Amino acid sequence: MERILLKDVDIPNLCEIDVYIDSGGYKALEKALKMTPKEVIEEVKRSRLVGRGGAAFPTGLKWEFTRKEKDEPKFLVCNADEGEPGTFKDRVLMKNNPHLLVEAMVIGGYAIGANKGVIYIRGEYFEEIGRLNKAIKEAREKGYIGEGILGSGFSYELQVYRGAGAYVCGEESALFESLEGGRGCARERPPFPAQYGFMGKPTAINNVETLCNVPAIINNGGEWYSRIGSPASPGTKFFCLSGHVNKPGVYELPTGITLRELIEEYGGGVKGEFKASLPGGVSSSLVTDTDVKLDYKSVADAGSMLGSGAVIVINSSTSIVDVAKSCIEFFVRESCGQCVPCREGTRRANEILGRFAGGKGKVEDIDLLLELGEVMYDTARCGLGQAAMNATISAIKMFKDEFMGRVES
Amino acid sequence: MVALTINGEHVKVPGGTSIMDAAKEVHINIPHLCYLEGLEPYGACRVCVVEVEGERRLIPSCIREVSEGMKVHTHSARVRHARRMLIELLLANHPEDCFTCERNQKCELLKLAYEICVGDVRFEGEKPSFELDETSPSIIRDPNKCVLCGRCIRVCHDVQTVRVIGFANRGPETKVVTLLENGLGNVECTNCGQCIHVCPVGAIKERSCVDEVWTALEDPKKHVVVQEAPAIRAALGEELGLPVGTLVAGKMHAALKRLGFDVVFDTNFAADLTIMEEGNELVGRITGKIKKPLPQFTSCSPGWIKFMEHFYPELMENVSTCKSPQQMFGPLSKTYYAEKTGIDPEKVVSVSVMPCTAKKFEAQRAEMTDSGYQDVDYVLTTRELARMIKEAGIDFLTLPDEPAEPLMGMYTGAATIFGATGGVMEAALRTAYKLVTGRELESLDIKPVRGMDGVKTATVDVDGLEVKVAVAHGLGNARKLLNETKAGKSPYHFIEIMACPGGCVGGGGQPYGFDMAARAIRGEVLYKEDKELTLRRSHENPSIKKVYDDFLGKPLGKKSHKLLHTKYTKREMT
Repeated sequence: MERILLKDVDIPNLCEIDVYIDSGGYKALEKALKMTPKEVIEEVKRSRLVGRGGAAFPTGLKWEFTRKEKDEPKFLVCNADEGEPGTFKDRVLMKNNPHLLVEAMVIGGYAIGANKGVIYIRGEYFEEIGRLNKAIKEAREKGYIGEGILGSGFSYELQVYRGAGAYVCGEESALFESLEGGRGCARERPPFPAQYGFMGKPTAINNVETLCNVPAIINNGGEWYSRIGSPASPGTKFFCLSGHVNKPGVYELPTGITLRELIEEYGGGVKGEFKASLPGGVSSSLVTDTDVKLDYKSVADAGSMLGSGAVIVINSSTSIVDVAKSCIEFFVRESCGQCVPCREGTRRANEILGRFAGGKGKVEDIDLLLELGEVMYDTARCGLGQAAMNATISAIKMFKDEFMGRVES
Repeated sequence: MVALTINGEHVKVPGGTSIMDAAKEVHINIPHLCYLEGLEPYGACRVCVVEVEGERRLIPSCIREVSEGMKVHTHSARVRHARRMLIELLLANHPEDCFTCERNQKCELLKLAYEICVGDVRFEGEKPSFELDETSPSIIRDPNKCVLCGRCIRVCHDVQTVRVIGFANRGPETKVVTLLENGLGNVECTNCGQCIHVCPVGAIKERSCVDEVWTALEDPKKHVVVQEAPAIRAALGEELGLPVGTLVAGKMHAALKRLGFDVVFDTNFAADLTIMEEGNELVGRITGKIKKPLPQFTSCSPGWIKFMEHFYPELMENVSTCKSPQQMFGPLSKTYYAEKTGIDPEKVVSVSVMPCTAKKFEAQRAEMTDSGYQDVDYVLTTRELARMIKEAGIDFLTLPDEPAEPLMGMYTGAATIFGATGGVMEAALRTAYKLVTGRELESLDIKPVRGMDGVKTATVDVDGLEVKVAVAHGLGNARKLLNETKAGKSPYHFIEIMACPGGCVGGGGQPYGFDMAARAIRGEVLYKEDKELTLRRSHENPSIKKVYDDFLGKPLGKKSHKLLHTKYTKREMT
């Protein structure tokens, strides 16, 4: 199967700039700088690339919104705060091919009219931080970053900023707060980042994987890209396969392959008997149908979300109540604590699920959980709280008998 | 203008208006908790959510601006259901000590729970067991009751710019803390108590000394005297069933007598005395007889004084050395009064009733012992006095008006306006004019320094000398004048600073609320009393003449310096 982002990943020392250039690196930047920023955006729009961080927003459109804003300066921020349990894909890119991200960041900056880019990276990614910093230094020495890049009138600076370990800082507005030195708490939207992002300025914020698609799109054209994978959300997607599979790992595959194909053909099959899967990590709803196509629309149609592509496989020996409990525990810890539905809702859900896990559930609490989930979805400020109950609600809907089995008699 | 419909009614409001404000146009007050008029919207409690057609989720109305064609529903089933659940979630964690809580009957959470019909708390919940912050002599914080609405933080940061509290931790561990959890008593807290006013629940309160005062009153060996600040008479009635804007000076004196105070004086006397000292000091600085810099800053607001000691110690020499009226009264009660009556000063217990939480701190300052004893023993807030009146069953509304004891209780209009922002300035100018020119100032109402503008300025012609004055209330507003002075660019001779928005009528010890309109009304009440009093200049007060003739000598004299003036201390920044 054709790989785009991991195409050259087996080339030794790819993280060194000369090796990267020898394998065709920075060609896309050279090409982009000969295009107008508008043409670059048009090319990305033509590719129909959507965000790979989870929200699946069209990348070209996001760039266009940011470019159109009158306020200056503008910023491009890369969200590399990969923290969703079961997600470990951006790390693979940054570790093995840091220049791909650097190149994409310069192209993105050129497209939206930003002279400054920041990569906000998960604090524990020590090795990746080192490699990115080295890549930026090399790129600057070669003139891919800095004043008047490659003889063009475009100047660009790029910097890596380490997060401090809060999951919520992967939420874009909390990320800006953190980047500005504040508490990692989500902002109310609107205004959206395109108008009011980092330092209150127009900002495009993209996930690592999303950005890393851009050089290939520039090199080969958006048209080419749009024909790969599922027509609804074309391209390849990184799937972080984990849980009860024989070969867990990161797989770059065209969107639209089925969950079954992913598990059987790439993951070496389920360890034990398949029961359910969380296709987008702990923020997503369970799916039980392995024929679901893994693209944004199809997974949404199946009542879940593809998110960042953290496909967690659960076998039949696992209690769904325990799965729900384990998911919510994560959100209790990681809620920023700002809005009531998330801060209080997650811990009350944890309290109730704890009772079920211990065989002391109450029948009426099943409806209470569903009700709580609805209110959290409806009122929480950011995606963290809105999605925190997805796993629980789907667990109740699909495996109610398991909850009933944990009711205290 | 933006056109939208709210509950089917057409509304047009200026762009930038919040949905919550727009809803007022159709007579809807959207329930809310973390939102408070006068503070930036925070949008964290989500109680004010509304349904907006076309939006996937409910929308917090305090923070979302209206947009053209928006269709809003403020109390659909989905909205009401969500609000109930949100309050239910907060209640699940909240201590169930409403009977004994400081905010009994005045709790916004309790009121909200009733109003939006929370029927049952279906969650087990956990009652937190955080340690109380009891490090401050003025304010006690109980994080167990905190609902994390962030109002105290916003008022401390945005209005007062003191910034000693903030959120720490995340998720369920989130709490409001001071630096390193050292406590309010060990940080730059000015004790202004505005955080108490904005807290919707009982998580912040004054350190009460009601029991200590009762004990003193019941001790036959003690002689308990009391003074009441100007702002009390403009607000005490509110706590006892009277509308905002009722002057209760006479009833206040009558109630204090019935509580058992041996003698009821009035801080207004000491306010007149302050003007004598401070007015002379100002004239001395202007004429060069006192070798201290201009502008001279007022010194009666202890919140401002501590703020200055932390944040602007370089302006210490600019601050008048006069003690505040409370602290002028204190030593006189144990010297002048004790001498006059032959009472052993050791037996005198000096109580003050103040609109202020910072006064509790001020009374405990180490230097406030010039009488040989602690000059002021106990400071009650307006709220604490109201509770004592209620506890004693005194029927406040039917009380007769009674005067304070004239010796240290007679006062002029100049004293009573101390309670409103700009009042000290106006009072001082009335006397300073006389001191400089030997003539009385004809037009006593100096209107430019009155009212609720954050910074007010005026120029007064004193026999050809253009005296420039400025007034700021609220510490955030004060910074503008302070920074200007620090930069050596202040054009003013005299600057009045009050820590609290509105001046003392908005002090941290006043009836709860952050309603600036109510504070303005209280101020107007004091100006009205001033207007109605025969004597309106401090130097005309016969009791003031008497205290100088019989005891102090002359303003800025030796005895005055010992008893009525003080010094300040540079305080570390934490």
